[in-house]
Amino acid sequence: MYQYNEFDRQLVKERVDQFRDQTQRFLDGELSESEFLPLRLQNGLYIQRMAPLLRVAVPYGALSSTQLRKLADISRKYDKGYGHISTRQNFQFNWPALADVPEILNELADVEMHAIQTSGSCVRSITADPFSGVTPDEIEDARPYAEILRQWSTLHPEFAYLPRKFKIAVCGSESDRTAVHFHDIGIVMTKDENGETGFEILVGGGLGRTPVIGTSIRKFLPKQHLLTYVEAILRIYNQLGRRDNKYKARIKILVRALGAEKFTEMVEQEWQHLKDTPSTLTEAEISRVSAFFKPPEYNLNADTSKSIQLNENKEFSRWYSNNTRRHRQPGYRSVVISLKGTGTPPGDISDYQMELLADLAEQFSFSELRTSREQNLVLPDVEESQLFEVWQALKSNGLATANIGTINDITCCPGGDYCSLANAKSIPIAEDIQRIFESPETLDELGEIDLKVSGCMNACGHHHIGHIGILGVDKKGKEFYQVSLGGGVGESAAIAKILGPSFSQSEVAGVIKQITDLYLELRTPEERFIDTLDRTGIEPFKEKIYAKTH
Amino acid sequence: MPKLIKENQVTEDDWLLVSADEANNPLPEGKLIVPLELWNERQSVLLARDHELGVWLDSNQAPELIGDRLSELALVAINFPAFTDGRGYSYAQVLRGRLNFAGELRAFGDVGKDQMFFMKRCGFDSYLLPDEKDPIAALQALSSFSDTYQSAQDQPIPAFRRNG
Ligand code: SF4
Repeated sequence: MYQYNEFDRQLVKERVDQFRDQTQRFLDGELSESEFLPLRLQNGLYIQRMAPLLRVAVPYGALSSTQLRKLADISRKYDKGYGHISTRQNFQFNWPALADVPEILNELADVEMHAIQTSGSCVRSITADPFSGVTPDEIEDARPYAEILRQWSTLHPEFAYLPRKFKIAVCGSESDRTAVHFHDIGIVMTKDENGETGFEILVGGGLGRTPVIGTSIRKFLPKQHLLTYVEAILRIYNQLGRRDNKYKARIKILVRALGAEKFTEMVEQEWQHLKDTPSTLTEAEISRVSAFFKPPEYNLNADTSKSIQLNENKEFSRWYSNNTRRHRQPGYRSVVISLKGTGTPPGDISDYQMELLADLAEQFSFSELRTSREQNLVLPDVEESQLFEVWQALKSNGLATANIGTINDITCCPGGDYCSLANAKSIPIAEDIQRIFESPETLDELGEIDLKVSGCMNACGHHHIGHIGILGVDKKGKEFYQVSLGGGVGESAAIAKILGPSFSQSEVAGVIKQITDLYLELRTPEERFIDTLDRTGIEPFKEKIYAKTH
Repeated sequence: MPKLIKENQVTEDDWLLVSADEANNPLPEGKLIVPLELWNERQSVLLARDHELGVWLDSNQAPELIGDRLSELALVAINFPAFTDGRGYSYAQVLRGRLNFAGELRAFGDVGKDQMFFMKRCGFDSYLLPDEKDPIAALQALSSFSDTYQSAQDQPIPAFRRNG
């Protein structure tokens, strides 16, 4: 993991001081609510329905045992003893008191964490694959570049007051687990014909009110030009992005208005002025940062016999096949810990669970964890021979739910229970669905299905890119839900299509059941849900649902 | 009176800013900062005066509009109609970086303590604060951070090339 040096540490501490002063001026009445708002947002602080929400940055999802313990501690001391993993791999506290926030930030700084730019109209924290560095399909580890971008974007003086928020993801593997096409800038690691590392640059993707798949504006950017090129894109956006209408302020609208060709031309022109300036990356810097992400000291004699999979325990075997992933290192697996147990809001984790996982990571995974876009936690490096032990520990603490990748591994925004922007609640919808599909046999029969729920158009639950997406809508003051089908990321990047008129809360789970029933009817033996849907299209599903209910 | 911060101190302002509304009035005496439209219309009259000249850009007026006439200007001012309108930061970077403007670069409008550190980094060197703002507190904010990661006008060499 990246480790702060004196420079990083001082900067984060000075940011804490600055925010302490801003909060004090607000509490003293010197700063008005409207003046304080953009300042607190730049530091991850929303005022929600019940209380403030503090979003702590977990850059590209990397978390150490020490950091997770600190989060547990803070949740107990300043909050209600739990926290939440967001769909951008960050960590949220739901109930801190405003006056405590500077002190929370101060404590976070002690473990090299902060909340800088986790919200507001600025460059947000950078996301990457939670399996970076361990996945067999990796082109190159994205983390050093994500860290380089984190440093570059932190308190960037030119881009603190952009037209709107700005999200960047770096994808370093063949199969995309970052939703790279749905970011303001998507950076795809690639190699040229000489084997040199570089990036394909996608621009203008996004979800929200107007979902758009990002456009490739450069097929290959040599790695040393990363920062100057991204800077050129942001400079164009900062000057020309719309500021009169917040729904039209994202870069996707600008790219669309200018046309991708014109936009690209402007970026390239701007870049000519920035190219080869001192912001050009040096080999020394790339290797300095990369050194933090070297593989840990794996046990070279790890048991590779796979005997573990033959374990007699059915429950364990099921967990093994659903919740662990292939690893680059022989004899190792990555473990996904499901935070999707039925009855707990998706992505929520209690203080004692955090501490348990911190301990497990320390004992079995080189003290490291990752957060995922699906709101789960990952132990990246566990020896196969120790999986049974890990599973037992997880199981006795309610953390061995074997539903990763299934329909019950629901991505879900906080919705109407917490969020003041919501049209409808999302957590109860997730629970209704989980109850229907809870039996292991049902889940396994259905196989891979990605279901995502958002409480409003802002799409924090990424409903547009779920195989099944559910969106809370407001119909004459009542909470309704629109269902869409067929979203995806990576090579099959697609925006889900709306099935038809929306449903009341009590209908939703039943509708999802009808959808999966029809899938079981229509599928060929080897087809996953999304394959059947691709083949048949949405029509049969429409017919089935609306023939009965309307 | 609005308060001016320049060269790291609170100081008297000897420039007079002509607002867009005043553009049709007879020109006042002294050093003027005129709206871009006025300069476009009456460039020769303005240059014939016996004073240094400044032009101000609104937040939708990119510096390229005056790029080829910068040598005639002692000062360029950029308006921040709201502090959340951040176009002026890029304008400043372009004026200093690409267009090599070496005169005074002034921020005015909704300028406050919490923005000035970033403004300084982008190349501003004077700040006209609204009446109600405390200039001493603002002055201190110019040194909120002792060092920074990325290159900008105040420090063109990014940290990674300095600390390596
Ligand atoms: S999608 Fe809407 S309801 Fe859900 S967290 Fe985002 S803003 Fe709130």
